[in-house]
Amino acid sequence: MNSESKKYGDTFHQANRQSFFSKKFLKDNILTGHFYLVVYLILGAFCFFNFSACRPNSGREEIIVAGSTSIQPFTDEWAELFMEKDAKVVINVQGGGSSAGIMAVKEKTADIGLSSRELKQDEKDLMEITVAYDGLAIIVHPSNSVNNLSIEQVRSIFAGEITNWKILNSTDKTITVVVREEGSGTRGAFQEMVMGQRRISKKAIVEDSNGVVREIVSRDENSIGFISLGLVNDRVKAIALEGVRPSEEAIVKGEYGLRRPFLFLVLEEPRGLLKEFIDFVLSDEIQSRLPQEGLIPVKKIPADTGFERREE
Amino acid sequence: MARPKANDRLIRISLLVVALSAISILAIITIFIFEQGLPIMAKYGLKNFLLGQDWFPSEKSFGLLPMIVGSLLVTLGALLIGVPLGLASAIFLTEFSTRRVSRILKPVIELLSGIPSVVYGFLGLMFLVPFIRETFGGPGLSVLSASIILGIMILPTIISISIDSIRAVPDSYREGSMALGATKWQTVRMVVLPAARSGLVAGIILGMGRAIGETMAVIMVAGNAADLPGSLLAPVRTLTSNIALEMAYASGEHRQALFATGVILFVIIMILNFLANLTARKQSRK
Repeated sequence: MNSESKKYGDTFHQANRQSFFSKKFLKDNILTGHFYLVVYLILGAFCFFNFSACRPNSGREEIIVAGSTSIQPFTDEWAELFMEKDAKVVINVQGGGSSAGIMAVKEKTADIGLSSRELKQDEKDLMEITVAYDGLAIIVHPSNSVNNLSIEQVRSIFAGEITNWKILNSTDKTITVVVREEGSGTRGAFQEMVMGQRRISKKAIVEDSNGVVREIVSRDENSIGFISLGLVNDRVKAIALEGVRPSEEAIVKGEYGLRRPFLFLVLEEPRGLLKEFIDFVLSDEIQSRLPQEGLIPVKKIPADTGFERREE
Repeated sequence: MARPKANDRLIRISLLVVALSAISILAIITIFIFEQGLPIMAKYGLKNFLLGQDWFPSEKSFGLLPMIVGSLLVTLGALLIGVPLGLASAIFLTEFSTRRVSRILKPVIELLSGIPSVVYGFLGLMFLVPFIRETFGGPGLSVLSASIILGIMILPTIISISIDSIRAVPDSYREGSMALGATKWQTVRMVVLPAARSGLVAGIILGMGRAIGETMAVIMVAGNAADLPGSLLAPVRTLTSNIALEMAYASGEHRQALFATGVILFVIIMILNFLANLTARKQSRK
């Protein structure tokens, strides 16, 4: 095998000694199909390296928004409305998740980052603008006879200590706990508001979107999970916490404690177009539409109550 | 006279460039994964990654044992389901069915491999998971459902490669065996299959590779609990699911830990391939 490769190497070097672009070479090849192969390769390489330069540049201004998939659909809509008003702007909204959004702003690949969880200590150097609030609903199968739980009971269920519905005066069935994945904004908010320092059980089923959690809970009579309040539909039942049913009103009044902010993150005090867009989102025109979409306008909640933390 | 030579040279050089670029992409991926994943493994210790049972990235606890066990378990389950079914189908289609039947069935089986994995996962979630939940109990999202879905997904790979390798066995072998008075089944079992062995093993290895690397379908039916599964009906998380599930939201050390997951997956696949090749070589030497 060794001698073979050596032989190949030798002929390769010989071949290399002659220039490909000598006149003789061109004369020999110009009429054959192989010439096109060369042209094709060169064109291919050219196109590849110029890919980024091929973008249309029509002098319009662009705002790039990226982050939480919980906020993305709403931001998409706000961006549409803003672009209708000002045709010179292009707002490009991307998903990727809260952490990705935070990173994108820090690395300046996005102008606005979206986060559906509070920032961690090492992320606090960004400027936060709360654009809406969202409730977090604890959901079960509609046939489940449990209607109300205390925070302590919810905590015990998700920590894996209460494992049977019988303890909660329901049927003698093992509880299937469904949670979001580590790092998700929804899970982060749930961890902070309900679990505190307690760990979510390792035995819990983990799914990567609100939709899948809802789908599983709607199909499994013994399951319990948590999703964004705006996404609760009639296939699942949102249970009351400490006797308070989740609703916009209860959240505004502060009776229902599970709520999280939807944050816009920017590097510095927004100026120009960026400021116009953020002001637009905070304007009455947009904020008054939020309740229809299951969100809560910023102004309804006094700033100082902020994010409730339950740490023990 | 000079023309063919010059052409050859040109073709050789162009192909070399293309081949090198493909190989260099592979090298770049490998280097990138290791470059991103190794520092955090060094920081927290390889032992904690390999033997730790707690995966709580937000608390800096990066135990991957449940996922390693999960990947191996689900792959083994898929092979237990896929290999007997696949080999039986291949033997039937090559040795026992009429030409017409196999001419219809083979393309159908190959069509199976064209179905996107998310469709398998969706069907699993809609039909298989509720079926397992109602028949055997538990959440339904489990080792068992993941194994069944993966077992079905690797069938086309195993069947088509097995068919090709069984067909490659010269007819003179079969004729010789029959001439000695062996039955059809004896011929298949004692002559054809041993002669086709290396191809069959190759098919199984490729199927195994697909099973251990599959992500989307597994995420949808496995339940993804980062815990050592206590039974076949318990949810399980594989190494690939671990990366795909948490990739979107991970940052900092959490993200690096996902690359470390990739490193471990990479090494496991290398080891499995090596072992499989080794046994294939040993057996063919016998």
